[in-house]
Amino acid sequence: MKILVCISNVPDTTTKISFTNNDTTFNSAGVQFVINPFDEWYALVRALELKETLGGSVTIIHVGTVDSEPTIRKGLALGADDAVRIDVEPSDAFAVAEQISEYAKDKGFDLIMAGKETISYNSAMMGCMLAELLNLPFISMATKLEVTGNLATIEHDIDGGTEVLECTLPLVLSANKGMAEARIPNMRGIMAARTKPLQILPAAAADKLTNIASFTLIPGRTECKFIDSSTPEKLIELLHNEAKAI
Amino acid sequence: MSVLIYTEIAKGKIKKSSLEAVNYGSRIAAQLNTTATAIIVGEVDCNDLGKAGAKKVLKLKNDKLANLDSQYLAAAIEQAATAEGANIIIFSNDFSGKAIAPRLAAKLKAGMVAGAVDNPVISGDSFSVKKNVFSGKAVATYNINSAKKVISLLPNSFAVELSDNTAEVVEFAVNLDNVNSPIKVKEVKKDTSELNLADADLVVSAGRGMKGPENWGMIEDLAKELGAATACSRPVSDMDWRSHHEHVGQTGLAIRPNLYIAIGISGAIQHLAGVSGSKTIVVINSDKEAPFFKSADYGIVGDAFEIVPKLIQAVKNFKTNQN
Ligand SMILES: Cc1cc2nc3c(=O)[nH]c(=O)nc-3n(C[C@H](O)[C@H](O)[C@H](O)COP(=O)(O)OP(=O)(O)OC[C@H]3O[C@@H](n4cnc5c(N)ncnc54)[C@H](O)[C@@H]3O)c2cc1C
Ligand SMILES: Nc1ncnc2c1ncn2[C@@H]1O[C@H](COP(=O)(O)O)[C@@H](O)[C@H]1O
Repeated sequence: MKILVCISNVPDTTTKISFTNNDTTFNSAGVQFVINPFDEWYALVRALELKETLGGSVTIIHVGTVDSEPTIRKGLALGADDAVRIDVEPSDAFAVAEQISEYAKDKGFDLIMAGKETISYNSAMMGCMLAELLNLPFISMATKLEVTGNLATIEHDIDGGTEVLECTLPLVLSANKGMAEARIPNMRGIMAARTKPLQILPAAAADKLTNIASFTLIPGRTECKFIDSSTPEKLIELLHNEAKAI
Repeated sequence: MSVLIYTEIAKGKIKKSSLEAVNYGSRIAAQLNTTATAIIVGEVDCNDLGKAGAKKVLKLKNDKLANLDSQYLAAAIEQAATAEGANIIIFSNDFSGKAIAPRLAAKLKAGMVAGAVDNPVISGDSFSVKKNVFSGKAVATYNINSAKKVISLLPNSFAVELSDNTAEVVEFAVNLDNVNSPIKVKEVKKDTSELNLADADLVVSAGRGMKGPENWGMIEDLAKELGAATACSRPVSDMDWRSHHEHVGQTGLAIRPNLYIAIGISGAIQHLAGVSGSKTIVVINSDKEAPFFKSADYGIVGDAFEIVPKLIQAVKNFKTNQN
C-alpha cells in the first residue's frame, strides 16, 4: 500500500498568539512549531500502523518553507519512509491542495490522508479540495479506518452521529480523533530520520483566491462574578435576569 | 444572478444551522440587489426556508443524491449554480458543509472562507469575511478575490430570524450520469437525543473533577432540566467515561452556545479553544485558582457533588415560578 500523509506546521497548542506588521502577520518569534495534532496523532500514526500490517510505504508531504524542516524530520522519526517538501509559503488551503495534487497526480497513491483541520487557520478544507482536484472520493472526519485488499472500511463523524462507509481505493480522507493513539518517536527513529530522503520540489503555478488582510485578537472576559456555593439559586437568577441566557 | 444556499434536513425539519445560512445568504443577496435561492435534497416542509429569507427553493432530484455523497452533491450544486447564475454559494460550516463545500469551491475555482462569523463587507467584486483562527484566540479578515465565492457560516453565529415571507418551491432535475462515487454507506448510527451538541443553545459540560462515569447522572439531570446538551473535556472522552462525540476543545468539537456551564474542568488552553466563543460561561470548580475562572462570567467555588444537586433543584424552582 502506498500512502501519502499531508502534514502542516502549526504553533504549539499553548502558544500565546500575537501579530506584527500592523496586525497583518502572525508573529512567529519565539513560537514553538509542531506537526498539526490531527495530522500527526491520527493520520500519520494510522498510516504507519497500516504499513506495519499490510506492507507498503508512507510518504509525508508538506507545503512550506525551510523553516518547517524540524516538523518534517519529526514525521520521519515517527516512521514515515520519505518526505517531500514543496518550497513555497502556503497561502490558503486551495493553494496547498493545488501543490499537493500536482505532486500526487501521477504517483499512484492508494490512500491520501490529511488532518481534520489545522489548529492555526482551522479551515478544514484542504483534504476535500485535494480530492476534487485529483477526482477522487473524499471521506471527512474519519475516526476508524481498516483496509482489506482494495477496500477501505471507514467510520466517520456526521451531523448528530456516525456513519460506516465502504470505498474502494484510491481515496482521500481527513482524520479525526479515534483513528489511532499518539506515538512518541524513539531514539532509533530520531537517528534514522536524519538520513531518510527529503525531496525539495519547486512550487507549481497556483491560484491565490483568498488572502488575509488583518488579524484581531479576541479579548478575554472582563471579570468573573462569584456566587457563594451555599446559594446556587442566585446563579439561576443572574443567568435569567442579567445574562439572559435562560 | 441569485445567492445560492445549500440546506439540509435533520429529524424531519430544516436544520437550524441551515436556517442560519439562509438568513445569512439572504442578507448578502439584499446587499447585492438580488434574491436568495435555497437548495435542498429530500422531502420536507419548505415553509421555514421562505420565512428565513429564500425567495425560491430548488429541490434537487436525482436518485444518486440519497446518501448526501459529496461527489454527487458538489456536481449537483454546480448545476444548480449554473442554472441560477449564482456566483455566491453559502453553506453552514457543519459536518456536511465541511465535506461538500470545499469540493465545490475547488470545482468552481471559487475562493472559500470556512467558518465565517460575521456578515461580509462587500466592495465591488471583493468580499471581506471574518473567521476565527488559532482555535478561537483571534479573528482573521479574509479577502475573497475570485469572482465565484463559497462561504460557510459558523453555526450559532447569528440567532435565526423568521419573517412571514414565502418561497416558490420548484423541482430541479440533476444529471449525474457522468459522476460515479465508489462510496457505499454500510451503516448510519444517528444520535437519537433531541439536542445536537454542535448547534445547542445551552450546554452542560463536565471534566475529570467528576471522578468517574458513574457520577454523570447529576450532569445529565442538570442538562435535562435546562434543556441543554452535554459535553466533556478530552481526558473524560479519552478514558471512555463519555462518548468522543461529547469532547469539546481544540482537538474536539468547537462550540459557541449561548450558555456553557463547565463543572470540574480546569480550563486548560486547549479546552478553552473549543468553548471560548460561548456567550456566557459558568464555571463550577472546587479550586478557586482553577484557570477557567479567568475565562468565566460567573463562578462558584465548591464541590460539584454538593452544588450540582442544589442547582438542579434551583432550576426546577425557577421553572415552576416561570409557569
Ligand atoms: C495538543 C493538545 C490538545 C488538547 N485538546 C484538548 C481538547 O480538545 N479538549 C480538552 O478538554 N482538553 C484538551 N487537551 C487536554 C488539556 O490540556 C487538559 O489536560 C484537559 O482539558 C484537562 O481536562 P479536565 O479539566 O477535565 O481535567 P483536570 O485538568 O484534571 O481538571 C479537573 C478539574 O476538576 C476540579 N475538581 C476536582 N474535584 C472537583 C469537585 N469535587 N468539584 C468541582 N471541581 C472539582 C479540579 O480543581 C480541576 O480544576 C489537549 C492537550 C493537548 C496537549
Ligand atoms: N501547508 C500544508 N502542507 C501539507 N499539508 C497541509 C498543509 N496545510 C494543510 N494541510 C493538510 O490539510 C489539512 C486541513 O488543513 P486546513 O484545510 O488548512 O484546515 C491539515 O490537517 C493537513 O493534513
